Amino acid sequence: MFERIKQMIIKEFIQVFRDRRMIAIVFLTPIMQLLAFGYAVTTDVNNISTAIYDLDKSYESRELVRRLKSSGYFDIRYVAQSPDEIRELLDRGKIATALQIDRGFSSDLKNRRQTEVQILVDGTDSNTATVAMDYANRVIIKYTKDMERQRVEPVRIDLRTRAWYNPDLRSKNYNVPGVIAIVIMLTCLLLTSMAVVREREIGTMEQLMVTPLKPIELMLGKTIPFAIIGFFDVFLVTMVGIFWFDIPIKGPIQLMPLATAIYLFSVLGIGLFISTISRTQQQAMMATFLFYIPAVLLSGFMFPIENMPEIIQYGTYINPLRYFLIIIRGIFLKGNGLDILWPQMGSLFVLGVVVIAISALRFRKRIS
Amino acid sequence: MNKAIAIRMLNLTKSFGDNIAVDNLNLEIEKGELFGLVGPDGAGKTTIMRLLTAVMGPTSGKAWVAGHSIAQEGERIKEKIGYMSQRFGLYEDLTVMENIFFYADLYEVPQSERPQRIERLLGFSNLTPFKDRLAGKLSGGMKQKLGLACALIHTPEVLFLDEPTNGVDPVSRRDFWRILYDLLKEEVTIFVSTAYLDEAERCGRIGLIHKGRILIEDSPAIVKNSLGYPMIEVWVEDSRAALEAVRGVDGVRSVNLYGDRLHATLESPDISRRVVERLGDSGIKISSLREITPSIEDIFLSQVEGR
Repeated sequence: MFERIKQMIIKEFIQVFRDRRMIAIVFLTPIMQLLAFGYAVTTDVNNISTAIYDLDKSYESRELVRRLKSSGYFDIRYVAQSPDEIRELLDRGKIATALQIDRGFSSDLKNRRQTEVQILVDGTDSNTATVAMDYANRVIIKYTKDMERQRVEPVRIDLRTRAWYNPDLRSKNYNVPGVIAIVIMLTCLLLTSMAVVREREIGTMEQLMVTPLKPIELMLGKTIPFAIIGFFDVFLVTMVGIFWFDIPIKGPIQLMPLATAIYLFSVLGIGLFISTISRTQQQAMMATFLFYIPAVLLSGFMFPIENMPEIIQYGTYINPLRYFLIIIRGIFLKGNGLDILWPQMGSLFVLGVVVIAISALRFRKRIS
Repeated sequence: MNKAIAIRMLNLTKSFGDNIAVDNLNLEIEKGELFGLVGPDGAGKTTIMRLLTAVMGPTSGKAWVAGHSIAQEGERIKEKIGYMSQRFGLYEDLTVMENIFFYADLYEVPQSERPQRIERLLGFSNLTPFKDRLAGKLSGGMKQKLGLACALIHTPEVLFLDEPTNGVDPVSRRDFWRILYDLLKEEVTIFVSTAYLDEAERCGRIGLIHKGRILIEDSPAIVKNSLGYPMIEVWVEDSRAALEAVRGVDGVRSVNLYGDRLHATLESPDISRRVVERLGDSGIKISSLREITPSIEDIFLSQVEGR
């Protein structure tokens, strides 16, 4: 039995390594994706294109604009001369934010009267809009405080915020481990499902079925090679994450192999399942993406699960990515060990066993 | 069970829903026989192959291959049979040797026996010069021979060939059959299915199959003489018109059209005179007319029509 599985694995590796495109798919694309996503998948908001409409034209108003500029978040590209011009710029998408300072701003400040400035934000991209408003608010509050400080000194609560785990609030730190998880999922899903279906397509499955090769041997022979490749890929992209993107590792990195193993268990199980419902490699690819896209969107990779409708939240419990994201981010960013991550590891393991069992049953039924 | 029987089918039936693919088959094939299952596409040939190779279970009935029941001892059967299908079931991205080694591993052929077996298989299939070539780069005929070599790596007792020469050029087909004859000398039982009627004549025994039923089963010579009526072949100029004309002749049992000629089954030899007269009356020119031994195709058509 083990001899036959071993030979299946060797055969699979020969096939993968003989095909240059496969080598590229297996080893190059995960790294390329990580590099691309690592830079592109960011929720940091920088260089918000901004227009200023300053009706006051005073020292104070210029000071506010200067502070906005020096915060580093705003890129002041236009100085508008009329409200229409602001509207026009927003309509055309030339700016994302506009600051309007009304006449009387400086005199109000000097006379310690309540005064107003207006910030207009392009709300199409709600995330950027919120962040931009928040940044602008902070600048203005700080400015107000400084102005007040020059006069009376009221006793006030001094609020100091500090972000834990990711003190610089670099979204890269949060996203790169996530990208590792999704890149590996895609590679392994595709490899497994297509490898099985390919045998069916080229007619070798028919041939294998009349040999003494047992379904379980065939199944293991078709998943173990991709588990090994998956492992290697995780190692590869993790190295890129650590050394290229400077992602900190706070936790026990030695927990990664175990977590990866449990994760791959479910992923390969799903790949196998897809192979049992697909007749051709195109179908396998389609099915893979039909699964993959919702799996990524509903995993907490980009959008927090807590914000989803309750029924969808329950659905995410059968998404292996959900657990692995918590594990990998926990290990990298929070320094969590098995003591904290065991519920995720356990759930992922149980999920993997269930998925593998269902797929194995279907697989057996399908080939006989 | 008689040891000399390699394959035995007893009321073997397989249906898919309402569609009966294999209908109550009873057949015995002796060890060392070359049996041909002959019939058109969709007659049930592949289903029979799948039943006998224990890939698929029968709806009812029983069958034994190499002394093992297809229902209970599928795993034992798989060790003792070789199988090759019309689709080249080998890995095109592996070399000739890698394919052979892979199947040798699946069948757990002992390492000590491999070199001589492989050398022999490569020898008879003339694949020795192409050892390290990718299987995908072989010609159709060579692929087929490689498939056969892989199916024979474990020296099976029974060899199943499902339309093995489909789409292979005539020269390679002849080569292929020469290899099969060599195998027969080694007491291998060969069960081959084919839609080529000329290939049927090469078998030791054939079974004509139509809609899951065996119509007639015997040696090709006996099958061809099973008609019981004389048959004439008439070459004419306007064969379509001739077909209509001859059909109406009293004493003509059946007529079939083969391009420019007709094959007609007659009640008795003297009916041929009436055929000549009728064609003359219709103004159809006869190039030649002679009595012939029916081909397997004729038998097949007359059997199908007779039902």
